[in-house]
Amino acid sequence: MSFGDGKTNYSDGERSLYLSLTKPFAVIGQNVINGINSMGAATIFLVMAMLKTFHPKQFSKVIQQIYYIGARSTTIIMLVSLFTGMVLGLQSYHALVQFGAQGSLGTLVSLSLIRELGPVLTAIMITARAGSAITAEIGVQRISEQIDALETMRIDPFRYLVTPRITAAIISFPLLTTVFDLIGIIGGYVSSVVLMGLNAGVYSHSIQSYVDMEDLTNGFVKSVVFAIIVATVCCYQGYFVHMREDSKGAKAVGLATTSAVVISCVLILVSDYVVTSLLMV
Amino acid sequence: MNTPLIEFKNITKRFGEQTVLDRVNLKIYEGEVTTIIGLSGSGKSVLLKHIIGLLKPDEGTILLRGQPINEMKRSELADAMSKISYMFQSNALFGSMTVYENIALPLQENTNMSKSEINKRVMARIEQTELTEAAHKYPSELSGGMQKRAALARALITDPHIVLFDEPTTGQDPVRKNAILSMIAQYQKKFNFTAVMVSHEIPDVYFISNRILALYDKTIVFQGTPEELGNFDHPFNDEVIRSLEGLQKELTGLYSRRQFKVLHHAQLQSRKSDERYCIVVFDLSDMNSIVSHIGYDVAQETIHAMGKYIDKHFDAIGGFSTRRKINEFVTVLPFANLDEAESILKDFIEDFQEGGISEIWHKVRNDAPPEKCVDFPIKAGIAEGKPTTEIDSVIKLAKSHQKEIGRLRCAVKE
Repeated sequence: MSFGDGKTNYSDGERSLYLSLTKPFAVIGQNVINGINSMGAATIFLVMAMLKTFHPKQFSKVIQQIYYIGARSTTIIMLVSLFTGMVLGLQSYHALVQFGAQGSLGTLVSLSLIRELGPVLTAIMITARAGSAITAEIGVQRISEQIDALETMRIDPFRYLVTPRITAAIISFPLLTTVFDLIGIIGGYVSSVVLMGLNAGVYSHSIQSYVDMEDLTNGFVKSVVFAIIVATVCCYQGYFVHMREDSKGAKAVGLATTSAVVISCVLILVSDYVVTSLLMV
Repeated sequence: MNTPLIEFKNITKRFGEQTVLDRVNLKIYEGEVTTIIGLSGSGKSVLLKHIIGLLKPDEGTILLRGQPINEMKRSELADAMSKISYMFQSNALFGSMTVYENIALPLQENTNMSKSEINKRVMARIEQTELTEAAHKYPSELSGGMQKRAALARALITDPHIVLFDEPTTGQDPVRKNAILSMIAQYQKKFNFTAVMVSHEIPDVYFISNRILALYDKTIVFQGTPEELGNFDHPFNDEVIRSLEGLQKELTGLYSRRQFKVLHHAQLQSRKSDERYCIVVFDLSDMNSIVSHIGYDVAQETIHAMGKYIDKHFDAIGGFSTRRKINEFVTVLPFANLDEAESILKDFIEDFQEGGISEIWHKVRNDAPPEKCVDFPIKAGIAEGKPTTEIDSVIKLAKSHQKEIGRLRCAVKE
């Protein structure tokens, strides 16, 4: 670290004081630079992967990944969405009944799910289930030289490993979000109509009256954005596991998996706000 | 000599502050087996990875058939690289794919062949590498040797012109190590590719290599035949070869060629010129046929057993032996005359026929030799020499006296 103007002579005590005062800023600055570098690298990573989407041999790999990321996540998504809808219905009922506004319960549950909870919770659940597995799988392939082996066989590792996963995520996320929304609304129905005795017609009519196509579209836009973020972050963390400075080998794969899940979840919530703001303009 | 297939001109590679290769110059010729030797961590694998483009040099030029690869058009380079295969030290097989799927992968991804054509080619390679029973198993279900064969089958599926082997014998026992080297040598002849190998297995690699490249102190200090390496006067010989070679060979338990030379010189230089000594030369005929008919394991176990029995019978009376070629053993009996040597050889033959040959089968197949057989003769010959005579001429004479001493009996492969 440079100190002073290079001409003035400073004592050791002054140097030490200077360094201790500036160190926090240096650390913050370095982390910001690293963060911006990583974002740039991840964006290039995404663009390179997307450029290889329409290769003739991609179809079967994408289908395979849709099965893994999408189909095999359906059960957990249904379970989570059912209870999310039920608790939402229950809490909202008790709040609305105080104002005599329980007739708006269907609107509240469905809009909450379609606009926010559906896309966000679906993305977080897929990150936990499939995203972590993507990072671990690609990471292990990296440290065991399987990615190098692909290169020596003239098989583009981006095309073979990354592109199908990102494409599959972009297809799977909106579909799973739809499932989440639907089952969540049913969950709200179960708690408010079946358990609390709200009129079924009131519940469904309030949904039909206040949920329009724009709400659905916005929800899907978010789910596509989350898909790109989750798939890119998870693939990127696994693909470059060998370049981690904090550790190597199996431990690096573990840390990369943790980083992938944490970064994805944080970015889902940050981008949710940004996308919501943009869509409301 | 012709234009080298691959040539390095002043290649330098650094990782951060550390220089791994420093102005490396080397030549690799077509159709040969070239082995790069050196200590662990000396940069052998780094050097190999430059050939296939996994690493790029910081300085210098790599030429392919005389043409610098950094000046090639992208399509030319892609075409050239598609003819090179790489066999990783760790095999780098895909753990989630079966052996069949691993081998088929390069054809599925890089060609427009039909499924049936791919199947035909893959099954042919699987049969050639004796993996038929393992075709639908996962790599984790295979032994180390079978994994090596699967990796080799994958490397050969695209009919490459050049195959790079990164320490192919790592982690194998002595019999397996030699079986893998023998397999590489056999396939190199069969498919006529240029093999470039990184190995520690000195002196075993000498038997299959046409040329040796010695990597020492970040650069290539020797390029030449294994025989020329013996006369190479350089610290590499003292520091590296001796440390890797050891006093005795792992597979046979006999002396290394270097130790054999030293012993021969020490034992005979003090003898009077009219005194006599004997040399016995053993020959396991036609190793390639043995390998192709019975398999690598049997061939290597035979070499192992021969070394063990030779040592048992001849070491006790002051003899010393070495494996001189892939299928040839030489024993010096410094204090025996012709009659004594013949008597000891007779005992050896009886013991080897009774115990040695059945031991080979029991170890490899855990079973007795099968009924339906093709026989491979094992020969031995004795000659007498004077201390002043060149050892090579005595060996030649002993070879001319060779007669059959035993037969390796085996089942014919369908």
